Amino acid sequence: MAEEIRLMKGNEAIGEAAVRAGCRAYFGYPITPQNELTAYMARHMLARGRTFIQAESEVAAINMVYGAASTGARAMTSSSSPGVSLKQEGISYLCGADLPAVVINVARAGPGLGGISPAQGDYFQATRGGGHGDYYTIVLAPKGVQEAADLTYEAFGLAEKWRMPVLILADGLIGQMMEGVVLPEPIDPVNLQRKSWAVGHSVEMARPYNHISSINLIPDELEAMNRKRFERYAQIKKELIRYEEIEVEDADIVFVAYGTSARVSHGALQIARAKGMKVGLFRPITLWPFPYEQLYRLAERGKRFLCVEMSMGQMIEDVRLAVSGKAPVYFYGRCGGNIPSQEEVFAEALRLSGK
Amino acid sequence: MTEKTFMTGFGGQGIISMGQLWVYCAMKEGLKVTFFPFYGAEKRGGIARASVIVSDSEITSPIVTVADSVVIMNQDSVEIGEKVCKEGGIICVNSSLVKKDPARPDARIYHIPCNEIALKLGNVRVANMIMMGALSKVTGAVKLQDLDTILPSYFSSNKRSLIEINIAAVEEGKKVVA
Repeated sequence: MAEEIRLMKGNEAIGEAAVRAGCRAYFGYPITPQNELTAYMARHMLARGRTFIQAESEVAAINMVYGAASTGARAMTSSSSPGVSLKQEGISYLCGADLPAVVINVARAGPGLGGISPAQGDYFQATRGGGHGDYYTIVLAPKGVQEAADLTYEAFGLAEKWRMPVLILADGLIGQMMEGVVLPEPIDPVNLQRKSWAVGHSVEMARPYNHISSINLIPDELEAMNRKRFERYAQIKKELIRYEEIEVEDADIVFVAYGTSARVSHGALQIARAKGMKVGLFRPITLWPFPYEQLYRLAERGKRFLCVEMSMGQMIEDVRLAVSGKAPVYFYGRCGGNIPSQEEVFAEALRLSGK
Repeated sequence: MTEKTFMTGFGGQGIISMGQLWVYCAMKEGLKVTFFPFYGAEKRGGIARASVIVSDSEITSPIVTVADSVVIMNQDSVEIGEKVCKEGGIICVNSSLVKKDPARPDARIYHIPCNEIALKLGNVRVANMIMMGALSKVTGAVKLQDLDTILPSYFSSNKRSLIEINIAAVEEGKKVVA
């Protein structure tokens, strides 16, 4: 039976999607603009007899995730930019130990304590590992409340499949905005399969005990582990890349934008099309792995790109890598918590069309 | 049909509730909706604004920068409200608190004495519902026909007694601009 449509804040929809994905343990620490998510988990995890802990810090919370994930439980933490910076050591450890986990970043303006308004200045941190050592995390960027719920739900399965953390990179607008959402089918964590790689249950599962750690002091062994992990990354790049294209077919100028910026750029696209301008939109949904080849193919067809971000320009570096000098890449960005208006983005496209 | 509304007033006037109920009703009427609030840290007296969009097709930018309709609930909000309204758009002002008209001769301006009507009904706090009724009537975007089923789940149980006066306020608002 089709679920009814519900009006929810992005933060609450992410929380409900995690509960429905069978999240067994949530660890958080309050920070604006993601507080409704922690509050939602407090109410709904405890009501189901699952684990909710408001940790003493972000660092504690991510390390609790490490502990819960080691047992094979679906575990999650959430925060906003400065808090996610604090979690980076733990994320590196999770990657080193090949543990699945879901990390939500409802990003705000930085650097430093910055401001509490929406921003996309965490792209580098999210897509380049973020902590120390050779690793990546899968990064999914929702454009609205429905997609925030869908991607969060899916993130738990992806994290288990690829044995690594999945980061949802949202922003303060997606967290605070209300939209209609149809929620996915609930999964009871009791029905999830026990993990052969996890700690515990070695007697019942008739297997030797597992020791989970990211440490290995023998260079050749550590190198071999890293190489094996990167073979997995290569496979993810083949299987997981996701993006949305809107009216790119005949477009001369293609906006490249994710999340909130993509929504705004889509509005600018509609203004441009109404005036007869051939403008398209390319929206990466997976920021890692990034759709390099798909953008390269558009560049080969002679399109020009306008990268729109709520930052001083971060994803633009991936766009430039993607097009490999085959096409001009321009930039329009706002930051500090400002969201570009569709009129501003349209005006920039209009300026470029005269070039 | 897409109706982009910018709602503005001070904290405590029910700007956020008005926006939420507007999109709740629109959703029940089969429309796509976005609601993005912006308010200060103060419980009362700070600024309160909302970008509210209802549409029969996919909503792109959730930020209302050029509004089809603008709701202005107090004098201090006139400046921002008159700027955001599109050419020939609709501006609904709470004439109980707004004494100087928005400087927009091109716009269709409606004067709704929300606080006075609310006081006559017996509770000044339903002023926002009078405005919402008027907005429904002048834009035609949301009919507000499902309020009697929405309000019982919107209000916490200790506020259920207020459902009747809220619905009455919406009806009064519709009448003022009829």
